[in-house]
Amino acid sequence: MAHSGNTSTNGAASTFPQYLKLNANRFANRPAYRHKDFGIWQTWNWAEVHDEIRACSMGLKALGVKPGQKVAIIGQNRPRLYWTFCAAQAIGAVPVPVYADSVAEEMSYVLEHAEVTAAVCQNQEQVDKVLSIKDELKKLKLMVYDEPRGLRDYDLKFLHSIDSVQKMGREEFEKNGEAEWVSGYEKLKGDDLAVMLYTSGTTGRPKGVMLSFDNLVKSSANANNFDSLDETEEIIAYLPLAWVGDHVFSYAQSFIAGYCVCCPESPETADDDRREIAPTYFFAPPRVFETLLTAITVRMEDAGNTKQKMFKYFMEHARRVGEPILNGESVGMWDRILYGLGEFLVYGPLKNRMGMTKMKVGYTAGEAIGPEIFRFYRSLGLNLKQLYGQTEAAVYISAQPDGQIRADTVGTPSPDVEIEIAESGEVMYRSPGVFVGYYKNDEATKDTKTKDGWVHTGDAGFIDNEGHLRIIDRAKDVGKLTDGSLFAPKYIENKLKFFPNVKEAVAFGDKRDKCCVFLNIDLTSVGNWAERNNVSYASYQELTQHPEVIKMMGEHVREVNEDLSTEEMMAGSQIHRFLVLHKELDPDDGEMTRTMKVRRSFIDERYGELVEALYDGSTEKFIETEVVFEDGRKGSISATVAIQDAPLFAPQSMKEAAE
Amino acid sequence: MNAHDTHLHSRTDDGIAPGETLLHVDNISLSFGGVKAITDVSFDILKGEVRAIIGPNGAGKTSMLNVINGFYHPQEGTITFRGEERRRMRPYQAASSGISRTFQNVALFHGMTTLDNIMAGRTLKMNKNFFWQMWRYGPALDEEIQHREVVEEIIDFLEIEAIRKEPVGTLPYGLQKRVELGRALAAEPDLLLLDEPMAGMNLEEKEDMSRFIIDVNQQYGTTIALIEHDMGVVMDLADRVMVLDYGKKIGDGLPHEVQSNQDVIDAYLGVAH
Repeated sequence: MAHSGNTSTNGAASTFPQYLKLNANRFANRPAYRHKDFGIWQTWNWAEVHDEIRACSMGLKALGVKPGQKVAIIGQNRPRLYWTFCAAQAIGAVPVPVYADSVAEEMSYVLEHAEVTAAVCQNQEQVDKVLSIKDELKKLKLMVYDEPRGLRDYDLKFLHSIDSVQKMGREEFEKNGEAEWVSGYEKLKGDDLAVMLYTSGTTGRPKGVMLSFDNLVKSSANANNFDSLDETEEIIAYLPLAWVGDHVFSYAQSFIAGYCVCCPESPETADDDRREIAPTYFFAPPRVFETLLTAITVRMEDAGNTKQKMFKYFMEHARRVGEPILNGESVGMWDRILYGLGEFLVYGPLKNRMGMTKMKVGYTAGEAIGPEIFRFYRSLGLNLKQLYGQTEAAVYISAQPDGQIRADTVGTPSPDVEIEIAESGEVMYRSPGVFVGYYKNDEATKDTKTKDGWVHTGDAGFIDNEGHLRIIDRAKDVGKLTDGSLFAPKYIENKLKFFPNVKEAVAFGDKRDKCCVFLNIDLTSVGNWAERNNVSYASYQELTQHPEVIKMMGEHVREVNEDLSTEEMMAGSQIHRFLVLHKELDPDDGEMTRTMKVRRSFIDERYGELVEALYDGSTEKFIETEVVFEDGRKGSISATVAIQDAPLFAPQSMKEAAE
Repeated sequence: MNAHDTHLHSRTDDGIAPGETLLHVDNISLSFGGVKAITDVSFDILKGEVRAIIGPNGAGKTSMLNVINGFYHPQEGTITFRGEERRRMRPYQAASSGISRTFQNVALFHGMTTLDNIMAGRTLKMNKNFFWQMWRYGPALDEEIQHREVVEEIIDFLEIEAIRKEPVGTLPYGLQKRVELGRALAAEPDLLLLDEPMAGMNLEEKEDMSRFIIDVNQQYGTTIALIEHDMGVVMDLADRVMVLDYGKKIGDGLPHEVQSNQDVIDAYLGVAH
């Protein structure tokens, strides 16, 4: 592998307190943290941060925090909360960041399960939450807060401000020096527990993932090498502290590379603050990129005619040559000149608006990103890439190397990571970042991690022809056709949904002989098309069954099939037949969840006749469906739904293999 | 290093200790032509307390605030503020007397940003004259920077960083109310008058606003007089409550005393007069 082997972790340093000391020497005057406060960016350099953390750490120690104890950290992205991570680690204690927006009851489970003895809270809100559940937390002995507002009259012996803790630490330092403190953290080893992160727990109770210093340090050092990140980077820390992504991007990688972490004034100002900072390394879930793009589209529609024309012209040009230029492919002189002009007139100002002017590399992860959105950012010259990660892996499992970017893969295995696809189609990995275990849950640990260190991701995927990992679905949703080929409904549905004309898709095929789909048209975009092409229609229902619309959908299905045929694993589950549903799938009718996820089994039942018709070869089917109107009244709609065959393609990987 | 000293505070040491009388109103009567708005009302406000004025619609609550801050001058009776008897004042005298207020219907400069609106609250504290201001650089700029620091502290305090540069006309009502509170605070008042600070707010906004009022009172020691219709809020926030009905005082005392006062119950529920 091109990038492996280079896991330089800077000589002796193997824990974060050691990196702190190292940074305080090698980058003493470089900015380490910024925080916008009172409207101005306040900056601390590494030497200052070292002193701040030392004061905090010695203060905590004086207040009785002992090695091995757990320290909860609750709040938004603030420098002083990041410092407490290191301050606790230097004593040998284990920080446990907690989601700041969780309510007291949710928090109580985590704090109790982790057996925290100290809690560092951002402000009165968090202090109040912890106080409200304090009776259940028998081991909690110490509370510390960052922002004093409203807390002045809390007369509690165990409640201290960070200021007073640091004051205590400074007095201790002046009296006895730092030798004892230093020797304390020099004793720490790489396989000692560094942090405990609780998984969000969408399924069942949250689990405490234990990560060692080695896990974080190696995984982060690899990531820094992979994207050549060094001390000159600036990032904006705006994601929850308790999420592994933030912990690695904003804490671990920063300590190892020595780059600067900027904390926004408040979560609401994060967008403005990002514009001011212009981070060089940026991570966001696809949602953020979608929102940004929508905001731009809306603003462009309000812009003057000249601007709109200019925007359209140059975006079209960027779509053609932007990505090839970014990938370093050969592009004609004239196109390059035009792209340069576009950079000056459109792309540059646009990037400035989004705070991405200086972005060296950006990542999106968490879920699939629409190829259009992905391409938009890349065509502007932004090096946006995808990665795949998990808390249990200290984030990195796979990432896209520069120049090998595709919207539908999550890249090649990250340095030092081995990936294997299990018999069941589940993705498994082994890496230095693999977690120590779940806290007080050996059973779950055993289920997830094998004896020789392989971890089950719970996701089904495969490695494509170019060696890139593709994630297709949650493993438990993946089924098989009767001929044994893999059937991943969400993978097929996502491919269909990336067409703007398709709003929703439901794929059938598990334990059946072929794959068939229901489609929902997107009324906005198909309606717009109808208007432009003089197709008249009286209702949604009528539009769905218009021959031209069905033809258009057929074309989309054909494209998806062609695409599927190139993928060895998926070629067998090409779509044989499809129909366009006469009504939109709606959470009010129970067909979708409130978070807009298709409820497969319910649809299977409700539209049983249609599903049957898909498989019995009929070309149309009459159906009557009960619907719930917005005011709660019930009615029914009926329609004759046309069913079409879709063209199939011979699997192409065979051909390629022959060449 | 990055220490940020507190710039905002109440006027230092005016010789009145917390708990002593800050403002005294004696036998006030106010009428507009034949309409008697306030009839023979006396009450006091102690330094450092939260004093609520309640009463049904048209009871004369807002008129009372206008009398207190010197906008109206009563025909009869005297007002003693910080030990000095009040005479008829010009508006700018009233404005610089150490009393600021917010209004029942938001009265901000709608085209200006949050920042500028709160800056406007500092106007009376800016001393550099027109010519310095015109020149901008030098003393006028230094002065502006000092005031900006105070304003930023208020913005931080009220958690309105995200709307710092938004024109207030585009903001939701709850936020406009918060900006107005910010502008009143910018004058560093001894006495802060709030006219229905929570009118038209939803529960969450009310909770936020209550929190800010308590924090202002505790952190800066600002004395607060507020008019409010939401009894839950009044009972929780106020140290003492005065009740007006048809321009007359019908109750005065601790919240629970007022709550159980038969006259007050009658005034609110309505009985034949």
